Amino acid sequence: MIPQVLLELAQQFGLLSFLAIGGVNALIPDIHRRVVDMEHWMTDAQFSQAFAISQASPGPNMLIVSVIGWNVYGFVGALVATLAICLPSSVLTYGVAHVWNRFRDAPLRSAIQRGLAPVTVGLILASGYVLVRATDSTWVAYALTGATTLLALTTRIQPLWFLLAAGALGALGVA
Amino acid sequence: MNDSIPSAPPLAVSCTDLFIGFLKVGMSGFGGVMPFARRMLVEERRWLSEREFTEVLSLSQFLPGPNIINVSVIVGSRFAGPVGSLAASLGLMLMPFLIVLVLAALYARFDALAAVRGATASVSSAATGLIVAMGLRMAQPLMGTGWQVAIAALGFVALALLRLPLLWALLAIAPVSVACAWWTRK
Repeated sequence: MIPQVLLELAQQFGLLSFLAIGGVNALIPDIHRRVVDMEHWMTDAQFSQAFAISQASPGPNMLIVSVIGWNVYGFVGALVATLAICLPSSVLTYGVAHVWNRFRDAPLRSAIQRGLAPVTVGLILASGYVLVRATDSTWVAYALTGATTLLALTTRIQPLWFLLAAGALGALGVA
Repeated sequence: MNDSIPSAPPLAVSCTDLFIGFLKVGMSGFGGVMPFARRMLVEERRWLSEREFTEVLSLSQFLPGPNIINVSVIVGSRFAGPVGSLAASLGLMLMPFLIVLVLAALYARFDALAAVRGATASVSSAATGLIVAMGLRMAQPLMGTGWQVAIAALGFVALALLRLPLLWALLAIAPVSVACAWWTRK
């Protein structure tokens, strides 16, 4: 008998797989809504920790889904959540890649692409907002988020350095 | 099999090659590995030309799902069919998946330590800043076009402030946005 919670993990992330236009970063508001507000699988603090852990790992930025699965049902949960977010869209991609030539230059395709771009931007900004709400509660935390935003926009420093510097400040109890 | 992305490849790339190539990509970057995928595919192993990579990338971004996974699926299928897709995407995900779970387990083990909790909270704050910066950077090219700004604002309000389900928000906003793009096409 498969535990109910695994089926729910598969169902929630399986649906999100098809909604992930602009990648997993654009999904964060809806993942937060489902995981924290609806299913109560995690608190705001745990969600924020899962985000931090996923960002501190090398690899694709969809790893937050693996950490959420791990929190819900251990290794098997992580496996189910990760497969659920990857598999449906991968099967679709596999199918479409083979007929792509036929509509590669269709005007509708470029309209769809151009039309989805601003939607993605709105979603990613919403992700930022949701993460700020879940993560930052002290003025030092807000300052850290603000400073990282500013420096990331105005310099070419690698993202990893921001995470390392923030981790060091946090470990020392400064921020 | 491959009437797909541009022309038939002259290269012979095995499933093992695909697995190893993407295994390295998976471990090479933080917060997204697309630049490393480009370097591996175009510069190091020359499995794709620059133009072919752009084509694969744009298809990957056009379709739903994690973009880098889509790239691995398309490249894998191009050289070795469904097994190639499986080899490439497994290679890509294997190490990051294991590493992130080790980190999660370590965190669970040591979260009683103030230093660990502090470091994690601060990493989360900084990583949040990186996401905000990404959104702002992506917003810049839209700024000149009224309907694009309106759509982005609508998406933000629907998801961040109203907390609407993504499915309904997309069903409402995406068709309007695509219609605007269609009417303003050149």
